[in-house]
Amino acid sequence: MNTEIKIGVVRFPGSNCDLDTVYVLRDVLGVSADLVWHKDKLEGFGGIVLPGGFAYGDALRAGIIAAYSPVIQEVKTLAREGVPVAGICNGFQVLIEAGLLPGALLPNDGLKFICKWVNLRVEHSDTAFTNVEKKGGLWKLPIAHGEGRYFADKTILKELHENNQIVFLYVNDEGEPTEDANPNGSLESIAGICNLERNVLGLMPHPERGSEKTLSPYRTDHGKRFFQSMIEYIRKGVA
Amino acid sequence: MRDKLPQKYTVEIIIENKPAARDPEGETVMRDLVHKSGYTNIKSVRTGKILRLNLEASSEAEAKDTVIRMVNELRIYNPVAHIYRVEIKDKRGES
Repeated sequence: MNTEIKIGVVRFPGSNCDLDTVYVLRDVLGVSADLVWHKDKLEGFGGIVLPGGFAYGDALRAGIIAAYSPVIQEVKTLAREGVPVAGICNGFQVLIEAGLLPGALLPNDGLKFICKWVNLRVEHSDTAFTNVEKKGGLWKLPIAHGEGRYFADKTILKELHENNQIVFLYVNDEGEPTEDANPNGSLESIAGICNLERNVLGLMPHPERGSEKTLSPYRTDHGKRFFQSMIEYIRKGVA
Repeated sequence: MRDKLPQKYTVEIIIENKPAARDPEGETVMRDLVHKSGYTNIKSVRTGKILRLNLEASSEAEAKDTVIRMVNELRIYNPVAHIYRVEIKDKRGES
């Protein structure tokens, strides 16, 4: 085990992908990873993951109550210091509501909770979570959410484009972001975005559920690249 | 001068999507319930969320100010996607 790298996985009341994320980091990627209760201190971590789930039962709207957890102030400080911070699914909703990423995640277009495998296109390889992938790389990962329709006003959308912050798009098998390939009605098929400094990233799909070939109907393990990128980013920071 | 005794107020916060953010629930209600039932003169349906609060304040203005401050401070709505309004109800919770 590579003990030099330690990643914190935050657990809110209602998180349910926390243990999967810890498992993938420890057993698939071989780095050290610990669960951190949202009221506890974040100490000694080179990277942070806010996992999927239903923090506070999605009351009011997904992510908003967790955004006021004590741990979020620390996440904000670490993010400013350049520590990589990933928000997966509910974690993405928390990052948005905490103001660490711009926009909104609204109820899916079809109003249904959607649980299926999707194709993603990696739009930029210069982020803390895509640096081992090439631009245009196609990933298969599962989604599982009810509130994943990305929305932003024109000003934010323009900034996202200008600053290359749109990192993942929902695409079809040919790699094109068509309407049919957009599962939830997200604006411009946006599945994941990053901050200006490229160390904070949120996405609706679940890389931790797609990191082992045995778990994928396509025998893919693209989710591994997400975490490998994170580890690579931390390693470079350490060196 | 004596301070005014606090009064009880009921205040509602109504949150809905901005016009630019689609409301698929409202669209479904209009298309598959309202229009199919013959109410074709209804031209749009928007759904939203109501938070009804009971609070104490020295005046109606103070009650409203408190709620508006809270809505913005705690991001009760997401300013990117939602609009909100605050309505004062009387003591029985009616307009």
